[in-house]
Amino acid sequence: MTENMDKQKIRHFLSDHSQEAALVLIILAVGTLVQLRTGGSFLTASNLNELMREASMLIMVSIGMMIVIVSGGIDLSVGSVMGLSGMIAALVLRDHRQIPIAALFLIAMGVGLICGTITGFVVAKLRIFPLIGTLGTCDILRGVIYLFSKGEWVSQTDMTENFLAISTGTFLGINYMVWFAVIVVVFGFVFMGHTRFGRHIYAVGNSEANARISGINTERTKWAAYMLSGMIAGLAGLLWVCKYACAQGTSATGFELNVIASVVLGGVSITGGSGTVTGVVLGSLLFGMLSNILPLIQVSSFWQRAIRGAVILISVIINALVSRRAARKALERREQNETNE
Amino acid sequence: MSEYVLELRDITKRFPGVVALNHVQFRLKKGEIHALMGENGAGKSTLIKVITGVHKPDEGQMLVNGEEVFFQNTNDSAAKSIAAIYQHSTTYVHLSVTENIFIGHELKNRFGLLDWQEMHRRAKELLVSLGSGIDPHTLMGNLSVAEQQVVEISKAVSANAEIVIMDEPTAALSKRECEELYRITEQLRSEGKSILFISHRLEDMYRLANSVTVFRDASYIGTWSIEEVTNEILVQAMVGREIKDLYPKAKVTLGETALEVKGLSRTGYFRNVSFSVRKGEILGLTGLVGAGRSEVCQAVCGLTPYDSGEVLLHGQSVRFTHPAQAMKKKLGYLPEDRQLQGLLLPWEIYQNETLSSLEKYKSPAGINKKKECEDGEQLSARLSVKDKNIFEKVSALSGGNQQKVVLAKLLNMDLDVLILDEPTKGVDVGAKSQIYAIMSELAVSGYAIVLISSEMPEILAMSDRIAVMHEGTLVKILDRQEATQEKMLAYAMNSADDMLKGGD
Repeated sequence: MTENMDKQKIRHFLSDHSQEAALVLIILAVGTLVQLRTGGSFLTASNLNELMREASMLIMVSIGMMIVIVSGGIDLSVGSVMGLSGMIAALVLRDHRQIPIAALFLIAMGVGLICGTITGFVVAKLRIFPLIGTLGTCDILRGVIYLFSKGEWVSQTDMTENFLAISTGTFLGINYMVWFAVIVVVFGFVFMGHTRFGRHIYAVGNSEANARISGINTERTKWAAYMLSGMIAGLAGLLWVCKYACAQGTSATGFELNVIASVVLGGVSITGGSGTVTGVVLGSLLFGMLSNILPLIQVSSFWQRAIRGAVILISVIINALVSRRAARKALERREQNETNE
Repeated sequence: MSEYVLELRDITKRFPGVVALNHVQFRLKKGEIHALMGENGAGKSTLIKVITGVHKPDEGQMLVNGEEVFFQNTNDSAAKSIAAIYQHSTTYVHLSVTENIFIGHELKNRFGLLDWQEMHRRAKELLVSLGSGIDPHTLMGNLSVAEQQVVEISKAVSANAEIVIMDEPTAALSKRECEELYRITEQLRSEGKSILFISHRLEDMYRLANSVTVFRDASYIGTWSIEEVTNEILVQAMVGREIKDLYPKAKVTLGETALEVKGLSRTGYFRNVSFSVRKGEILGLTGLVGAGRSEVCQAVCGLTPYDSGEVLLHGQSVRFTHPAQAMKKKLGYLPEDRQLQGLLLPWEIYQNETLSSLEKYKSPAGINKKKECEDGEQLSARLSVKDKNIFEKVSALSGGNQQKVVLAKLLNMDLDVLILDEPTKGVDVGAKSQIYAIMSELAVSGYAIVLISSEMPEILAMSDRIAVMHEGTLVKILDRQEATQEKMLAYAMNSADDMLKGGD
């Protein structure tokens, strides 16, 4: 009896977390494959640290994007927000070399927050279809970068040692960038899973009509999602400048597509209402892995993008099939419940 | 060949939790207009869906021209020359009239391309033959509802339909437009087509039909020819069911007025609606579908705007622009469509129950899940939700239990006025009586309740007073003692003067 219960529990857990479980398996499979192809030189501490460093920005921004997508929207402007916040922080640093690093973070995140507030206004308040609204803000913000930079770059020589150390320094043997990602993930985990606002975001994404009738301020909820996403993108924009030791007009162009792919890969429903932080972290990790280690195993660069795309597509197809099956199972259970009554 | 173009024998259709058609029969003669009548939820719409192949019947036979048919989808029924014109017209508003008429059976020229000239010409011909001057190039969205219906009829004719089904075609039409529709319908009959006509209006039936069939509670009641039928027979047939012992209405001494609505109007939806509810009172709000009951209440709750009028809550004038404000003032709304508006189906039971009252569970760590689950357990137990545990997804619950979860959500808030919109719709009998018991209990504990319902027995049994609406206006408020099903139906159809003469 108890054994049965345990089995049932495990089955429930697996069916609720099928996407995460599948991602773990795929990540392990890819890791093993690479380990074999490279003759065992892949799984070293320094390689893994480097991999995490590469994936850290993607993970962070994906958490922000997840919040927006779960709320039923999408944010195509995050790449531009990263570029803009990075550029403004870099310009401030060039002109005021004595500025404390913390102030730079505040500036970058502040710029991101302002961008997110504008995007949120367009989508939540003016009720512009998110895909179109954020496509517009994406281009506008990209243009604003050039206005601020006057078309110039901010290069390594304009930056201070302290600043550049953010991307190279370590704490407890782990890169600072990874720590930032960890902070954002923990925040996402608590926010989405354990706060009222998080619950409201899921509710709005699930059914706006229901959320409204249930007394949730749907406008404010959606707006807040974009603000958070903007702020996180602002943070990531600063880290981007650190990592590449350069701020230019085209920084992080198209990054939003990688982010959306990671979020979807992580099992977040693109129509909103469902998805987990764990899934998103695993999805971005897998995406980061595919981008960074395919070259390691001498996959032709012609194939890299195609393989990445295929993995996304296959994973999404499997996810769709699994969730359809789950929906059917629920209906069957419902019929059973009814005949029992 | 059979005398009947369409014959249904002993058809049964079940949906999870409800029997939508219970061994019903229906016969349509060639060249007749046959009215199908019944209250909301009597099974008329399901019957149409069975005839057109949208639903497959679970039992019984269907014959077209004496030959048994098994429709898998609407294409099969179209192949047997059956066409349906729905209540909410299924038109493509961004396409032209011609495109709407020929959609699905477009004409092609000898190059295999669409033959627009020919289609426009034939569309014009069709419309003229129906006596209409609509230009076939016009966009569908630019036409009035009545004109759209004419186009829909042309579409049926262009597809050579022999059996035309019209589902409440006059519901949204003015008197003059109705006349136009009557004329076209009679023209179709004179061309030898058979017409199944569904309507709430007795007027339509007397004006048009050769015979009338009545359904009630998913069952076939009877068929009469228009010569032998009377108002009394019809009303008796439509409402005369036994009221079982499932309404536990308790006696309550009423308190002061909790909610008062004065002269509320919204152009196009409702006009000058006034009513009030006292503490401990259940006010029934009834009328036919489309009478504007839900619209009024949604405006009161701040879900939709209103143009003029006043809402008083405990004597204080309020105007809500969002349901959250209404809830703060202790006014809650249970929506009609629990699947779309009442519940988050992929969520667990307790999360649905606490969604509107998450402030209660504020803690330094976000949400106090332990307390949330405890409350969920308590609510489910109080409303006897039949579940394995509160962590089950609501999508796995039956209709009745889902509704109890929505009720639990309201009860978990601090409210004293409840508006319940069709709380027992699609709910099986057992769960229904439990929901009535809960309502009664709430009234005893001092809640003021507005019960919107189309089910006459439920309204009669549960309400202290009954407000009847007809096409956007509140026509009558009846006392519990004086109310009868016949009176309510008469006011709801706004033909009280004609119909009650015989009764008094």
